[in-house]
Amino acid sequence: MPYGPIPILKLGSTLLATIQIELHDTVVDSFQNDVLEEIERTGSNGLIIDISALETVDSYVARMLANTGKMAKLMGAETVIVGMRPAVAATLVRMGYFMEGISTALSLEEGLELHARRSKLPDGMVDS
Amino acid sequence: MYQSERERWEIRIDKEADIVAVRQRVRDIAKEHRFDQFAVAALTTAASELSRNVWVHAQKGIALISVLRNGHKIGVELEFVDHGPGIADLNRALAGGFSTSHSLGLGLSGTKRLVDEFSIDTGPARGTKIVIRKWKKEF
Repeated sequence: MPYGPIPILKLGSTLLATIQIELHDTVVDSFQNDVLEEIERTGSNGLIIDISALETVDSYVARMLANTGKMAKLMGAETVIVGMRPAVAATLVRMGYFMEGISTALSLEEGLELHARRSKLPDGMVDS
Repeated sequence: MYQSERERWEIRIDKEADIVAVRQRVRDIAKEHRFDQFAVAALTTAASELSRNVWVHAQKGIALISVLRNGHKIGVELEFVDHGPGIADLNRALAGGFSTSHSLGLGLSGTKRLVDEFSIDTGPARGTKIVIRKWKKEF
């Protein structure tokens, strides 16, 4: 594969993936598999995907990110997408793509706090 | 409308990496002409959607990028041409939520909402030509 993989780091019970490169479709495809395998391997119950470096998120990338979150959820890990740029958010909504069912946070710090709050809540309770 | 020869770029699309090449070139051109960040993202995303359509449905085609000048107005025009299967049910494709492969769905309808002008010429076995334009907002 001509493009390197997206690094996935473990921070306590949370996995952190920071996307810092221009995304080729093949990289997004392999990222989805890599991250799910890492959730299983590390037993993490949280996943943070930092997209603050991404200037463009098209419908394909948005769908892959949302689907990765849904797959992680099925495995028992909650996903938070952090750092979406204003122009990316505006573009996705104008296109009619709302990333339903995916949690987002302004920054990495807020994403980590969201995970910490969630893991303290009893089963079935939903954070307001 | 005036279009200088110098301000026209052609990128061949015949592999997946070309989607990124088109996207990056469009981003650079829009930034160079000082489009605001929302317009840059809209143009770049539209370029990505349409070049992916070429790659996924026709496997090869071309992207033509031009800078337009109309009086004091500056715009970017993107033209995508392929000789693939074409779109049989255009109304349905433009209505959105319709997908003949993994990439379409919001592709055409979403792209249309990101730009100021959108035109498409397609039909079964006729290939597809799509032209979009976005003008820079003057504040």
